[in-house]
Amino acid sequence: MKRFGMPALIGISFLICIVPSWLGWFSNYIQFIITLIGINIILTVSLNLINGYMGEFSVGHAAFMGVGAYTSSLLTVYLLTENPFFGKAILPEELSILIFPISLLIGGVAAALFSLLIAIPSFRTRGDYLAIVTLAVNFIFKSAVENIDAIGGPRGFMGMGKVVKAMDNLVSFPWLIFWTFLVVVFSIFIIRNFVNSTMGKSIVAIRDDEIASELMTVNTRWLKIVAFMLSCGLAGVAGGLHAHTVTFINPSSYFILQSTYILVMVYLGGMGSLSGSVISAIVFTILLELLRPLDVWRWVATPLLLIILMLFRPTGIMGSRELLDVFPKLKKYFSSLQERLTNAFIKS
Amino acid sequence: MPLLKVDKLTHYFGGLRSVDNFNLELSENELVGLIGPNGAGKSTVFNLVCGLYRPTEGSISFNDNNLIGRYPHQITSLGIGRTFQNIRLWNELSVIDNLRIAHFSQIDYKLLDSLFFTSRMVRDEQKVTEEAMDLLDKFNLVPYVKELPRNLPYGIQRRVEICRALVMNPNLLLLDEPAAGMNQGEIGELINLVRWVKDEFKVTVWIIEHQMRVIMNICERIQVLDFGSIIAEGTPKEIRDNPLVIKAYLGEEVT
Repeated sequence: MKRFGMPALIGISFLICIVPSWLGWFSNYIQFIITLIGINIILTVSLNLINGYMGEFSVGHAAFMGVGAYTSSLLTVYLLTENPFFGKAILPEELSILIFPISLLIGGVAAALFSLLIAIPSFRTRGDYLAIVTLAVNFIFKSAVENIDAIGGPRGFMGMGKVVKAMDNLVSFPWLIFWTFLVVVFSIFIIRNFVNSTMGKSIVAIRDDEIASELMTVNTRWLKIVAFMLSCGLAGVAGGLHAHTVTFINPSSYFILQSTYILVMVYLGGMGSLSGSVISAIVFTILLELLRPLDVWRWVATPLLLIILMLFRPTGIMGSRELLDVFPKLKKYFSSLQERLTNAFIKS
Repeated sequence: MPLLKVDKLTHYFGGLRSVDNFNLELSENELVGLIGPNGAGKSTVFNLVCGLYRPTEGSISFNDNNLIGRYPHQITSLGIGRTFQNIRLWNELSVIDNLRIAHFSQIDYKLLDSLFFTSRMVRDEQKVTEEAMDLLDKFNLVPYVKELPRNLPYGIQRRVEICRALVMNPNLLLLDEPAAGMNQGEIGELINLVRWVKDEFKVTVWIIEHQMRVIMNICERIQVLDFGSIIAEGTPKEIRDNPLVIKAYLGEEVT
């Protein structure tokens, strides 16, 4: 049976998200929401790798996102635009189409390197240690950025709008949605491959029983650091996208509130469920937007909904299952390599 | 040349001496038992060998590799398989995944291969699955391949765990109370299984056990541990008649 499921799914979502935006059928607001959904999917899926699959508890995802956001937007603004922070542009605007994805990548790398600093001491022990350290990371990031006046300090940083406009002027295309879409597909692709390979699935074994994993030759320390860096790197890329979407960032954008949102989306979707993460990111983002008319009462209504969810479905929407476990008939279109191999050997 | 050589091994938990001057030489294809009352330090010896604890004094070498100061995963990758007193299978993962993950040190592909689904990764996964299925087949576990371990009967779980410990092609197999919680029928099966494993996979088996039926039946040599030090060593028959062992287990005779 051919596995045309994934390409088909990607094609359909491409048609739904990008083509109408390109043709101008979607208003700017709808495009903004679609981008936001994409960014939230990346954040949720990547945090699920740590909190869901690996069973550690990280509460500082927004800080890593912030590192990526600041790095990439500093880069693009510094290189491409005339701005009050750095003065004249260094490169011509025409290069923006090229520089933008590169800056995203560099933002991701920066976030991954930052997470390495956190991971090395945190993963020496298991348990609440990582939670405490990552909680502190939120504050470290915020205070650090607030005290660097060259990049705006607490007043924030802007100018990314010009970069996006420059790209649009050059070739009229919904670039932000396009790149967000690509990163979403990329994130889901690599995380799905990772957790379905023997190497990556070992992080589930670590969650289950770390000592047994270590004694069954799994290099737990290396694997935990690698998974953490992977997750935070993706958060950094998402941060870069976010910064260019909202075009104005300040240190508080990437503080505990944002970290909490990401956590909520992970738990809403279900720990260790990729499809759950995607669903919950979509549902939660749209929900927040729908509740916008409530104004301040939004912060009452949203937690209330969450409390109701936790009362009636404490494992989240999907639990630890994937969409495929709910609809087993679809399995033949989407099944992972390991499943196919197992089935092949059982039959023979 | 001995396969495993433990020399003057001593270990303290804080101020408590848990293992005291423990010596052992294991040669190839031997079946050696380690017995002793509860809290004698038997499992501690295993944990010291596996690198979970760091000995205060003494040396451990395996196949001429010094084991002191290495991480547990490095030690077991050298060819030491182990099972646990309370079965420690990964209960969230199917039986086949349990075996696949134990291949961790044997997979050749790199991190990027697993992220980007390269042909090298596919080839390797195929090899891993094939080996795992072969091993499961030898243990007659193929019907349970997709089950979660916690849903399996106790005896089967034990079998899966021994099977998993053989994945890294060990020269030495450490069995920590494999018969714990088993009924007489299951113990009989286990005795046959251990003997078969030793011959089939050419491993040296080092076994901790409380069930005398197992120990006396299969071990060629037995060591008795009490309060961390060896109080007797010899063939099953010698151990059975040793007054020190009887004293450690049953207390002193009333005269």
